Amino acid sequence: MSAPPLVEVEGLSRSYGDRLALDGVSFGVAEGELFALLGPNGGGKTTLFKLLSTLLPPSSGTFRVDGLSPARDLRGLRRRLGVVFQSPSLDRKLTVLENLLVHGAVLGLGGAPLRARAGALLERMDVADRAGDRVETLSGGLARRVEIAKALLHAPRVLLLDEPSTGLDPLARRSLRALLRELAGGGTTVLLTTHLFDEAEEAGRIGLLDRGRLVALGTPAELKRDVGGEVLVLATESDEEAVRLAAAVAAALDARAEAPAPSRRVVRLGAAVRIESPEAAALVPSLAASFAGRFRSLTLGAPSLEDVFVDRTGHSFDGDAASAPSAAGTAA
Amino acid sequence: MRAAYALARREVVRFLRQPSRIVGAFAPPLLAWLLLGAGFGASFRAPGGASYLGWFFPGTVVLVVLFAAIFSTISVIEDRREGFLQAVVVSPASPLSVAAGKIAGGTLLALAQGGVLLALAPLLGFAPSAAALAPALIVLALVALALTGLGLAIAWMLESTQGFHAVMNLVLIPMWFLSGSFFPAEGAPAWLRAAMAANPLTYGVASLRRALDPAAAAGPSATFSVVVTLAFALGAALAAAAVIARFPAGPDRPARPSRRKQP
Repeated sequence: MSAPPLVEVEGLSRSYGDRLALDGVSFGVAEGELFALLGPNGGGKTTLFKLLSTLLPPSSGTFRVDGLSPARDLRGLRRRLGVVFQSPSLDRKLTVLENLLVHGAVLGLGGAPLRARAGALLERMDVADRAGDRVETLSGGLARRVEIAKALLHAPRVLLLDEPSTGLDPLARRSLRALLRELAGGGTTVLLTTHLFDEAEEAGRIGLLDRGRLVALGTPAELKRDVGGEVLVLATESDEEAVRLAAAVAAALDARAEAPAPSRRVVRLGAAVRIESPEAAALVPSLAASFAGRFRSLTLGAPSLEDVFVDRTGHSFDGDAASAPSAAGTAA
Repeated sequence: MRAAYALARREVVRFLRQPSRIVGAFAPPLLAWLLLGAGFGASFRAPGGASYLGWFFPGTVVLVVLFAAIFSTISVIEDRREGFLQAVVVSPASPLSVAAGKIAGGTLLALAQGGVLLALAPLLGFAPSAAALAPALIVLALVALALTGLGLAIAWMLESTQGFHAVMNLVLIPMWFLSGSFFPAEGAPAWLRAAMAANPLTYGVASLRRALDPAAAAGPSATFSVVVTLAFALGAALAAAAVIARFPAGPDRPARPSRRKQP
């Protein structure tokens, strides 16, 4: 018997005029989970973030945090949410501590308890030594930490972050990830959006968003296991060469004795041909022999999250439609 | 209340930490006052025989207040789209305390800037009597409240600062030109007089002029002017509060329309 998830999203949709930016998305996030919404730009993650942060009302569907929905108890819901926006919401002209104190006052806190809480959070975020400095003098990584401290002032149950690593250098990214894992480990549910595969890789669970729809949901390992087998990538010099090579490879595989396996796919993505197959490794010698000189490199690997994305959507992450030259492929 | 106070205080702290805003608020009106005053001085005969510079002074103070209100409300647009206000909007704070904080902060700044100019009056060659100062400041506070409320009500629903500039040039600046700050209604064509009579700011300027120089008796009656100014101030503040309470997240549009490729 498991308790209902802390965050329950049910058929959430949002349109802007005629354009449906988010289309009936449903999922749940358990308490203490680190959950990543992964998708390309325009995939709907920012819209979903805006709905969950209560910045925008949904067109249809609803969501609950700790059982509270925006329609029933908006203020109660907001008390349970800490929100970190992609564009900084710190006042650059105020000092780090002033920012926390003003926001605390906005939340209805004040006096000694607020000062103590702000001090403790700055300590925890490792920015206490900059408390008296104006935010405009902080690096991007430090400012993001202050931003998180600010979002945690009222001890929310859920911390929502929109592309939190945007604009950070690799070192700051790494320490931010460690911090988020630590928060989740401490019981704060962390829900973030990202377009970075390696960032999503570290999440406990991932929701894959594409064109406004949730196309996959699960742990990174589960999602990759679903793709199955291995992935063979033949890199060529140009898109045209890749198109020709993909057709030739698909024909060659179709012509082999065994019938086209439903799990086998040949797709072209840009200047590369990708072959997903349970026995991709066994194809290497024959492909290398038959098509020598027609590709620049041949890579065999376990499926990545990018492969999961291609598998589920039929197009590449940066928007290129995959073309499938054979019946075994997927129509784009 | 705590939220409103903190937000108002933030407005003031921000202002003091941005020297360019201080210059921006004072320089243009003072420049206008000096150049226009010098240029018109020779040919202009103010009601009551005052010098043009002296007659133009209350209007200049109101212009400083107008500029101050514009500067403090225009920041709302950037703040809400991608800044400080985003976090306020999604916080459990009531939109009304947000409105109260923005209005109080903006009004205080506008009043202080107008007040500084009033305090400089002796340096500029006028010495309003000590008795005139209190009524003048009260009128100024009402005008500051009115213009801040009006600016905020407009800025809250705009998506870009460019939009605000358009409103400023089409509405706020003409409102000042037609307020009896710049030229008196007497002698203006009938249609212009009608526009000036319909402009609520006219009564603020008239009240301020009368407070500073009780001899300047021209224009609408004293009581009527004060009543209209009070109504303008309360009306504008309520309008701003209503807009913020009704649309806490501002204009409801996507910030970044996506440019998706079609499959």
